[in-house]
Amino acid sequence: MVSHGLTVVTAFPDLLLCFIYQISLFCGFLQNLSSSLHLIFYLSLQFNIMGNFAANEGLSIFVILVWLGINAFLFVHFYMAFLIDRYYYTRVILGHALSWARAPAACLNFNCLLILLPVCRNLLSFLRGSIQCCSRTAARQLDRNLTFHKLVAYMIALHTAIHIIAHLFNFERFMDSQLMINSSYLPYVLSQIGNNDNTSYLNPIRSNETNPTIVMFTTIAGLTGVVITLALILIITSSMEVIRRSYFEVFWFTHHLFIVFFIGLVLHGVGRIVRGQTLESVAVHNPIKCHRHFETWGKNGTNCPEPAFAGNPPMTWKWVVGPMFLYVCERLVRFYRSQQKVVITKVVMHPSKTLELQLKKKGFKMEVGQYVFMQCPSISQLEWHPFTLTSAPEEDHFSVHIRIVGDWTQALYTACGGDKTVVLDAWTLPKVAVDGPFGTASEDVFRYEVVMLVGAGIGVTPFASVLKSVWYKHVQENNVFTKKIYFYWLCPETQAFEWFADLLQSLERQMTEKNMSDFLSYNIYLTRWKDAEAAHLRVQYEAEDDPITGLKQKTRYGKPNWDNEFSTIATQHPGSKVGVFLCGPTALATALGKQCISHTESGTEFIFNKENF
Amino acid sequence: MGKIEWAMWANEQALAAGLIYATGGIVGVAGQFRGWQFAAFGIAAGVFVCLLEYPRSKRGKGTSVERTGQYCFTLCVKAFGPLTRNYYVRAFLHAALCVPGGFMLATVLGCVCLGIASLIYLSAAIHGEHWEPILPRTEPPKRVGDSIKEPPQNPPPRPPPELRRKKADKLETAAYDNPMSVTVNE
Repeated sequence: MVSHGLTVVTAFPDLLLCFIYQISLFCGFLQNLSSSLHLIFYLSLQFNIMGNFAANEGLSIFVILVWLGINAFLFVHFYMAFLIDRYYYTRVILGHALSWARAPAACLNFNCLLILLPVCRNLLSFLRGSIQCCSRTAARQLDRNLTFHKLVAYMIALHTAIHIIAHLFNFERFMDSQLMINSSYLPYVLSQIGNNDNTSYLNPIRSNETNPTIVMFTTIAGLTGVVITLALILIITSSMEVIRRSYFEVFWFTHHLFIVFFIGLVLHGVGRIVRGQTLESVAVHNPIKCHRHFETWGKNGTNCPEPAFAGNPPMTWKWVVGPMFLYVCERLVRFYRSQQKVVITKVVMHPSKTLELQLKKKGFKMEVGQYVFMQCPSISQLEWHPFTLTSAPEEDHFSVHIRIVGDWTQALYTACGGDKTVVLDAWTLPKVAVDGPFGTASEDVFRYEVVMLVGAGIGVTPFASVLKSVWYKHVQENNVFTKKIYFYWLCPETQAFEWFADLLQSLERQMTEKNMSDFLSYNIYLTRWKDAEAAHLRVQYEAEDDPITGLKQKTRYGKPNWDNEFSTIATQHPGSKVGVFLCGPTALATALGKQCISHTESGTEFIFNKENF
Repeated sequence: MGKIEWAMWANEQALAAGLIYATGGIVGVAGQFRGWQFAAFGIAAGVFVCLLEYPRSKRGKGTSVERTGQYCFTLCVKAFGPLTRNYYVRAFLHAALCVPGGFMLATVLGCVCLGIASLIYLSAAIHGEHWEPILPRTEPPKRVGDSIKEPPQNPPPRPPPELRRKKADKLETAAYDNPMSVTVNE
């Protein structure tokens, strides 16, 4: 299972929360209509909210609007493309169901092109590196790749549904026109065209002794259609959050049905089942003029020879061959990187089932707040799991802290000698492969003089990297811009993160040695405790070090009073810009965002950075 | 692969299959296709499968996540006792319900999806899983001891006043005042 601090923040819940906040502000404003001062306050708050929101979310909303716009354009364009004369006779049988089937088909081509791109993470990493010098905001959008992948998947599901329903009508109408045996009925006459040579026909259902279900299973388009729709449904049901979070392997292995999906998709049009009049035929047989005289087509003395029909060549491969190639390259790059030698230099067993691995890889460069994917071939050839990097870039190795919560992590623990008491020799340690690092670096932390870091639960993991890096910068260069860090750690229980408490302890020791004990001020909030623990804590009340963490600063209980905290910081650092960084749940993000806005007065400015760790 | 509870995936697949079955049926009836009677059956079967599959089962290990508003459905499904508890019955039921869908194009997709769900349920049944309702837990009211007339008010762990006092000979080194007066021999 996974152990990392990634919080993918999507645009839409924030939009909703922002609107709710707007409404609540407006109601508050309405109650205070009398004062013009209140009006100014309200308007400035609005600009602040919109400014913050636009800065964070503007680019995402723009990308999504462009994507929706292209979808709408393709839909309308291809709908109209089948209303031309070439398809007049096809429409005589099918009506508008033809256009309703072809329009979503075009959108499906477009979306199947897009869906492979957000999961090419090495390509994205490369793009992010090149964009980062121009615009950090743009680089950060690339972290939302999984959200975009899911949106495109939903759009594929929607268009598949429209496409299938339209084709149900198409099949039915084709069948009808074969069954209504009546020479005065145009659809029937049209269906008999091409009975001799079997190439210039219009109706893909060639006889009246069949039924649509059999036709579907005996045409290439029908059979591939069923296969790829089934693959799509299985992929979607196994990707539901409940399954994905609990049984990642089922999700991951079923997701590989996408290979079946893409092969079927490319083959879907090979049968050329969508037929229209050939251009040569339209030149001599104008459907607008000739359709009324269908009983005399091709007979002596008419201007209307029999029309001839042909199918459209398959187009899908032109859309998807590029991304398929890119994805194959991506898998090859991942394979190549996985073959690079990674050496485990140190294994540390932390209490409460946490395993720390210190690794070295040639040419590995990381920045704070990034994550890597790890694979252990001796455990599973196919599983790659993401872990946040907990070491600082200044160190000579990189480390991850892995919580033992599932099969893979348990097997890794055993392979690294977790259950043995003797020290293992280096060559007995398992071979691992590392892909990465990925994620946008959080160098913004170092641009503020005063920094507030808030980590909730597992979200504290990336801050290990940040804190260590800030400390190294202080030791190595004496004029580091950051002068003071306020660190808040909210957790229901500290046991799972005792390694982090150890890190804070060692930092505390080093700071006291250098006479800088007030550089870092950390506050640990325990939000849940059991009665038995409470009894122990009562007895240890007078101890010098905190009974839970062993740190000099005592653990607090309950949730922090953010109002007080922000006010205290504002009074202690008047006139400075304070950067607020959070890695935790969205509710906390909203609360902190509001506090930042309300405590930004003349002088102290709180800037809330929504980091995607 | 880890120890998956197959029933969870079967449930998602069956719910999706029910929706697809019903949608195919609606298209078949609304378009007045040939064999619309099968489509009508598809609507009924699809809706029935959705109602049956909506309430999630309680997981054997780990926290169960309810679907929104599933409590009333849980009570209905629970009322059928062993018929809904046993996954062999469900597998067989889904297999039986999906067969008529195969006779008409509009419901074929629903038929195949429901068939797959039936197979996954069979796998779940073979692994010994069964359906458990998720019911809200009623905590028994905490018994207050007879000698306690007024339970303590302050939540954070804080030693009661008797323990917070210091011994009289350590008064100088103490960091706080005694809440109760102290004599040497207490």
